[in-house]
Amino acid sequence: MKKIIKYAVTQTLPVMFGYLFMGIAFGILLEQAGYGWLWALFISLTVYAGSMQFVLVGLLGGGMGVFSLVLLTLSVQSRHMFYGLSFIEKFKAMGKAGWYMIFSLTDETYSLLCGMKIPENLNKKKVFIAVAILDQGYWVIGCTLGALLGGIIGFDTTGIDFAMTALFVVIFIEQWYGFKSHLPALIGMGSAIICLIMFGAESFILPALILTVGVLLILKNKIPIDEPQEVCK
Amino acid sequence: MNSEWITPLLVVAVVALCTFFTRVLPFAFFGGEKKVPEIIKTLGELLPPAVIAILVIYCVKNIDFFVTPHGFPELIAIGLVALLHIWKRNNLLSIGGGTVVYMILVQMVF
Repeated sequence: MKKIIKYAVTQTLPVMFGYLFMGIAFGILLEQAGYGWLWALFISLTVYAGSMQFVLVGLLGGGMGVFSLVLLTLSVQSRHMFYGLSFIEKFKAMGKAGWYMIFSLTDETYSLLCGMKIPENLNKKKVFIAVAILDQGYWVIGCTLGALLGGIIGFDTTGIDFAMTALFVVIFIEQWYGFKSHLPALIGMGSAIICLIMFGAESFILPALILTVGVLLILKNKIPIDEPQEVCK
Repeated sequence: MNSEWITPLLVVAVVALCTFFTRVLPFAFFGGEKKVPEIIKTLGELLPPAVIAILVIYCVKNIDFFVTPHGFPELIAIGLVALLHIWKRNNLLSIGGGTVVYMILVQMVF
């Protein structure tokens, strides 16, 4: 058991730094929006999603219709639908713990689970669970700490919400390098700019997403798709 | 419990349920021997970079380029994040560096 935890901590180290930092930024932002550490704890335990939690801060006060909210969340998180495909048999074999594995399958946990070369003498399932729990642990601690610090922090935190913009720019660049075709990124950006001009800042995201899906479906045969990676074998 | 609690609680519940829904979907649909439909697979491959691009625009949607400071803090900081990331490919450095510079720009420069 000690060996498993030691191995999992070593493997999750990069995620620890990322999650603590982003979590603290989220917590501070949430606290500034008027929601204390209990909210940060609650959201990081139940939602547990990086980018969506940042988007969520602006939505907590209400105002967005349920339908738009559902569609926005499904769109932002839609990539997760495809992560599970690599783990269907493995998580099924884990019984009840498999449900937690499904719930906690974030971008970072997914890439760790795929990339790890677990030593033969360690129980693979237990390593999976330890990695998943540690990752969410870092996130929950970061978010809660941020909300607590946000209340007592001495310096001016104006502009800290830029961390969210920076996160998306970083993911955008990673995907720009990772994908064979840049068309999807350009279609998304073009749709967003056109819809922003047409519909204004408060209501452009839904039409932008619909336009993007439509254009992608029309052009799907013209966009080269990367060979499916032989991950998680 | 009062109404100040109920709205955010419901919003969190909807977002939490939808997030879990996206994660559980492949297990619900393709847990057996069934195959993933080609069109869903294709859309799944193409959608992520497009959605992220939309989210980048979402972040800068409130900038007014015709009013001082004309979006300069955002443009400078985004440029810095991009340069740092293309150079070092280190998430922490790019996000941390860009955010600190943005905070300095909006608090002290513009």
